[in-house]
Amino acid sequence: MQKIFIVIPAYNEKNSISHVVDGLLREGYKDIVVVDDCSTDSTARVAEKAGAVVLRHIINRGQGAALRTGMDYAIMKGADIIINFDADGQHNPKEVKDLVRPIIKKEADVALGSRFLKKGSNIPLAKKIVLKLGVLFTFIFSGIWLTDTHNGFRALSRKAAQMIEIKQDRMEHASEIIDQIKRKRIKYTEVPVTIMYTPYSVKKGQSALNSIRIAWRLVWSRFLR
Amino acid sequence: MILFQTISIFQIIVLLFVLFAVSRVILRFRDKKINVFELSFWSLIWIAVAVVLFIPQITTPIARILDIGRGIDVAVYLAIVLLFYLVFRLYVKIDAMGQDLTKVVREISLRKKK
Repeated sequence: MQKIFIVIPAYNEKNSISHVVDGLLREGYKDIVVVDDCSTDSTARVAEKAGAVVLRHIINRGQGAALRTGMDYAIMKGADIIINFDADGQHNPKEVKDLVRPIIKKEADVALGSRFLKKGSNIPLAKKIVLKLGVLFTFIFSGIWLTDTHNGFRALSRKAAQMIEIKQDRMEHASEIIDQIKRKRIKYTEVPVTIMYTPYSVKKGQSALNSIRIAWRLVWSRFLR
Repeated sequence: MILFQTISIFQIIVLLFVLFAVSRVILRFRDKKINVFELSFWSLIWIAVAVVLFIPQITTPIARILDIGRGIDVAVYLAIVLLFYLVFRLYVKIDAMGQDLTKVVREISLRKKK
């Protein structure tokens, strides 16, 4: 039996976190790790009450940093497969098994969720344009063509989770993970997933302007290396 | 060649600032916050500023070698290049510090859960 850990970075998500943890528990996943990135609200308490293991950052360090903390914890606890999941409720707990499947079957070490492979998804047009620009940017930056590069829903084998370093503390980690998949020749696959666009998740999501900042920081990081 | 014509108010203000800056550098060296190399680097920079301030003609030969019109332009160009370099170094340093901070925060959160 493979040990599956679900890692959820969370920052001020008290309204959605309990629902998210609940949904995952109901699907039968027991090891749910919420990394509270120094929220100013009651995210940590709510998540703990819902039944998750909660790790706390004493200083806000960004989503990438929180994700890495959770993955380190999962590796420490002997995880075989690590799932990255969003705290705002836009991912579907029922689809975790779709991401896990290629890893159990040893078809890939990383399964990346793609909202564009799923038929009938209701992606807002503006979001679609920004995401496709992200796809193009990733191709230029890392030389890897995916259908959806900025999706926080993914599954990693223990080996892949140990290989991938996340140096970028903030939002750049999504591109960084893909960049390392390419550079370290990690076997990957894309899996169709649904993204639920609720007014809440859209509000908590990334703005187009922020994407420019993310791209800028990535280019900088390349320059500094 | 007259080296010291009348001293302008501008020169007095800049000279005072240079003296202030040099005193800071020496104090930091005495507190062992900077090493001998940094002490000499910053002292030289400020001494050069003072020299150019009172003998601006001194930059003319340098300007001629570099094919830049006026001596004062050389000083301005060099200052900008130096500033860019220092800003870059600061940027790199702050980035590295941010990453170190993350490591500490992560270690604390993991230790609490072991």
